[in-house]
Amino acid sequence: MRQINTEEITDTVEKICIDANYNLGEDLVVSLQNALNKEASPLGKEVLAQILENAEIGRNEQVPVCQDTGFAVVFVEIGQKVIIEGQGLQEAINEGVRRGYKNGYLRKSIVKNPLDRVNTGDNTPAVVHTDIVPGDKLKITFIAKGGGCENMSRTAMLTPAQGRDGVIDFVVNTVMTAGANPCPPIIVGVGLGGTFEYATLLSKKAILRPVGSHNKDSNTANLEGELLEKINKLGIGPQGFGGKVTALAVQVETYPCHIASLPVAVNIECHSHRHKTVVI
Amino acid sequence: MTEYINLKTPLSDSDVEKLEVGDKVRISGILYTARDAAHKRLVEMIESGKDLPFDLKGQLIYYVGPAPAKPGHEIGSAGPTTSYRMDTYTPMFIKMGLKGAIGKGGRSEEVIEAMKEYKAVYLAAVGGAAALIAKRIKKVRIIAFEDLGPEAIRELEVENFPAIVVNDTKGNDLYKIGSDKYKVPF
Repeated sequence: MRQINTEEITDTVEKICIDANYNLGEDLVVSLQNALNKEASPLGKEVLAQILENAEIGRNEQVPVCQDTGFAVVFVEIGQKVIIEGQGLQEAINEGVRRGYKNGYLRKSIVKNPLDRVNTGDNTPAVVHTDIVPGDKLKITFIAKGGGCENMSRTAMLTPAQGRDGVIDFVVNTVMTAGANPCPPIIVGVGLGGTFEYATLLSKKAILRPVGSHNKDSNTANLEGELLEKINKLGIGPQGFGGKVTALAVQVETYPCHIASLPVAVNIECHSHRHKTVVI
Repeated sequence: MTEYINLKTPLSDSDVEKLEVGDKVRISGILYTARDAAHKRLVEMIESGKDLPFDLKGQLIYYVGPAPAKPGHEIGSAGPTTSYRMDTYTPMFIKMGLKGAIGKGGRSEEVIEAMKEYKAVYLAAVGGAAALIAKRIKKVRIIAFEDLGPEAIRELEVENFPAIVVNDTKGNDLYKIGSDKYKVPF
């Protein structure tokens, strides 16, 4: 067995909250540069150039690329040979978020109760998803999930008869309805199968894959390609001003499902796609 | 080749009437920030007959909740938030003399109609270009609802703040025109 103290988890979370919000990933930057080359609309090109310039300012001046520094969503893969020592895992993560959002000058965007709506003042609590996996490592992934794009995400319980076409209709319609709201060009995470809640979780995991990577299953990879092509025919374009690049990528994750069901979840992610992973 | 229209707040009817959908503008002067919670409180103040923290006449509201300022900075990153959440409140403000709003994303028919009838415009800033936009904000002062944190009302002094006209006073909509132009049937 390997012991990991929660102090180390807290320190790691603090660092990656700040790092993710200041420094966009290289995969995303490359994808945005490709979008700039592909885009036909002059206004769309101008928007993409501004987004790339903004990413540089974030990196050079170490400031948040977007003012909405997000809900702290943290995925933890815990090796089953790991013993976590110290305080509770959720509290250790919350403490990391608390420190990261304070010391990194990140916005505090969480309200304590959805109806009373009083700000918690420190961006906690985080939403934490844990998986127990083989091994003796602990993998922490942080994503700053903005409100604007999360609001445009949807889940549907389709019938098996609706099949592949039904899935395509639902995903494309979700993006069309979202229009300019979620800050296109977007990344579209799709969770297909599982149960009502599991499809949604899969859709969030899907956006965490490297931007533009394909599912290992060739049928699913084909579905990703067809969805991306159709979405980019909608004409929404960068920031919704019209153009050829509405989505940078469509990433689908699947899971077995019930004989009666065809769950599909669409998690929309804005171009300001901020996430980091550290393995302890 | 890019030509900008310079706007100086406060704005008159003729300032906004000359704007057309797709125009690129650079705004200088004062902007007032307000988003969800501040809008709710402003409407409650209007309904109970209280004076507002600022006069809406001729002004632009910027839908933003900025990040905290780092030491040595006047303001943290400050890009637009999604505007449709303010749709229920906006027509009332426009009737009271507001000349427009800056945000991102589409507006309701009611807002577009109010802009036509009372001469106001809706402008978009680039969502997610928040570090770049913050450089155009020269001074910031909280003028109301400090307890709301990022949602407090701030008076921003801006220079050459970049935005694009999405809805003009004639009822045109850039989101519709733009996507119609690049849409490919399938």
